[in-house]
Amino acid sequence: MDVIVCVKQIPDPETPAAAFKVDEAAMQVLPAQGISPVISPFDAQAVEAALRIKDASGDGSVNIISLGPDSARDAIKHSLAMGADEGYHLKDDAFDGGDAWTTALALSKAIQHLGVPDVLIFGRQAADWDQGTVGSIVAELLDLPSATVLRAVEMTGDSITVSRVVADGFENIELPTPCVLTISNEFGDPRYPQLRQIMQAARKQVTELTAADLGLDASEVGAAGARVQMHALFQPTSDVEVEIIEGDTPEEKAAGLVNALREAKIL
Amino acid sequence: MASILVFGETDDAGLTAPTLEMLGAASRLSGDLGGGVALALIGSGLADAAAVAGPAGADTVYTADADSVAAYQTDSYLPVAQGIVEQDSPAVVLMSQSSMGRDLAPRLATRLGTAAIMDSLGLEVEGDRVKATRSCYGGNARQVVTVQTDPQVVTVRPKSQDPLEADASRSADVIAVDVAEPTLRARTTGKEQAESEGIRLEDAEIVVSGGRGLGGPEAFADLESLAGVLTAAVGSSRAACDLGWYPPSQQVGLTGTVVSPTLYVAIAISGASQHMAGCGGSKNIVAINKDPDAPIFAFSRFGIVDDYKKVLPALESAFAEALD
Repeated sequence: MDVIVCVKQIPDPETPAAAFKVDEAAMQVLPAQGISPVISPFDAQAVEAALRIKDASGDGSVNIISLGPDSARDAIKHSLAMGADEGYHLKDDAFDGGDAWTTALALSKAIQHLGVPDVLIFGRQAADWDQGTVGSIVAELLDLPSATVLRAVEMTGDSITVSRVVADGFENIELPTPCVLTISNEFGDPRYPQLRQIMQAARKQVTELTAADLGLDASEVGAAGARVQMHALFQPTSDVEVEIIEGDTPEEKAAGLVNALREAKIL
Repeated sequence: MASILVFGETDDAGLTAPTLEMLGAASRLSGDLGGGVALALIGSGLADAAAVAGPAGADTVYTADADSVAAYQTDSYLPVAQGIVEQDSPAVVLMSQSSMGRDLAPRLATRLGTAAIMDSLGLEVEGDRVKATRSCYGGNARQVVTVQTDPQVVTVRPKSQDPLEADASRSADVIAVDVAEPTLRARTTGKEQAESEGIRLEDAEIVVSGGRGLGGPEAFADLESLAGVLTAAVGSSRAACDLGWYPPSQQVGLTGTVVSPTLYVAIAISGASQHMAGCGGSKNIVAINKDPDAPIFAFSRFGIVDDYKKVLPALESAFAEALD
């Protein structure tokens, strides 16, 4: 089976809260000192899901597409080092300031440009904007069936069986190919590239595609084509003052906490 | 035509709590937008739920009532939802950030030639736009956004909005919508119900949650024991769920359940932003952590700095005595 995975490079979501800073005027997150951007963790799991499909089917390909600035190349290289075959970087100043819609539009054009594969896989959401819409928008634009927020993906003959995480359990869903899937954190850990694979991936060509290559006018993508407008970006503040319950023994601390909760009429 | 069309969801009790909350928000916002509030229900056996829609704030209820749409499936709900939006032509479409809303909102918005804002926490009207405040960067930041195309599709985080006091004197016009036999491409073939014992996380007045600092799955038995004393639900951080220590259905956080109990007891949870996105709305947080610098303390009303293994047995007996 042929699979395409769409990935995104983002500020490391494990950045400690103390190192996370926002430029409110520019409505941008400032790069944290000494903490490198990473492939969005859900996207790494999406690549893992694709590689397992390829392994199980015995043939086919896993190709990677990423839209973004120069740094998006690193997400592609990481995916190649995990074992993906080819990488495509949608890179154009015209893409700047875009939203989920313009991103999905450009990705869908790139997918058509490369040929719609058997399975298209995305992370459930990019761990920066946390919207979780690009996979579904691409599915709608390409008129493909979709299943989102998945913890397991299996091939059964020509169709795909998935387990979707829902509020009160899991749903089993069967999809024909071609289809669109989005992978959730419950899927499990992605493989970690070995040094030899990282070296091999470093030598691989990544094909760059511009808006014009995809038949898109600059007015359709980036800030010009965006349907969602941002008005502010800021860090939330907590106005709670913690009271640490002191005591010489765990019993004293426990009793102190219960008393404090009673006095505050919480219990 | 309503100014706001809410896609509701039903359960055994009628309309779900997030649906009532969205109707509350829609009533508040519709005044500024100049128009009524409509509720759309897709499902099977909707009469009882439709009957409480008026008292909860709806002026109109669209019911798409058929066995073929008894449970949510993308392919069966999408054309029905599209039909209702086109019939009503609202300015704003609201959905819950639920299993349904996450899946349906972006596809529906795209089909309607517009866009969706997901998981909003705050909603205000400015001119003819709904300004949504939402969490991003795993809870580390907030952004304020508007959809510039129409209709404006917005999903709403459960518990972020207040429902109206039910007003029995209000009633809503019910409009039955035809449901065509759906063409299913993706097909739900079965469901595994999560083993949930006791109280549902989202309904609990008290939640006892454990994180990676517990060191292993065994400790959750102790949390369950404490929860038994407190009549509490047991939650888990994503880290502990991803390690397989506790079922994903019990995950509290950005990618799990959002809770806002009166009391949230965080045990051996560091307080990562994506976890706080799920419990930050709790009225009171109590943290037990051996690391005095754990971020969780910055969000907590009370804290105990100690090894949870030592504190937990003492705490359970202290609670048992106090509540006796």
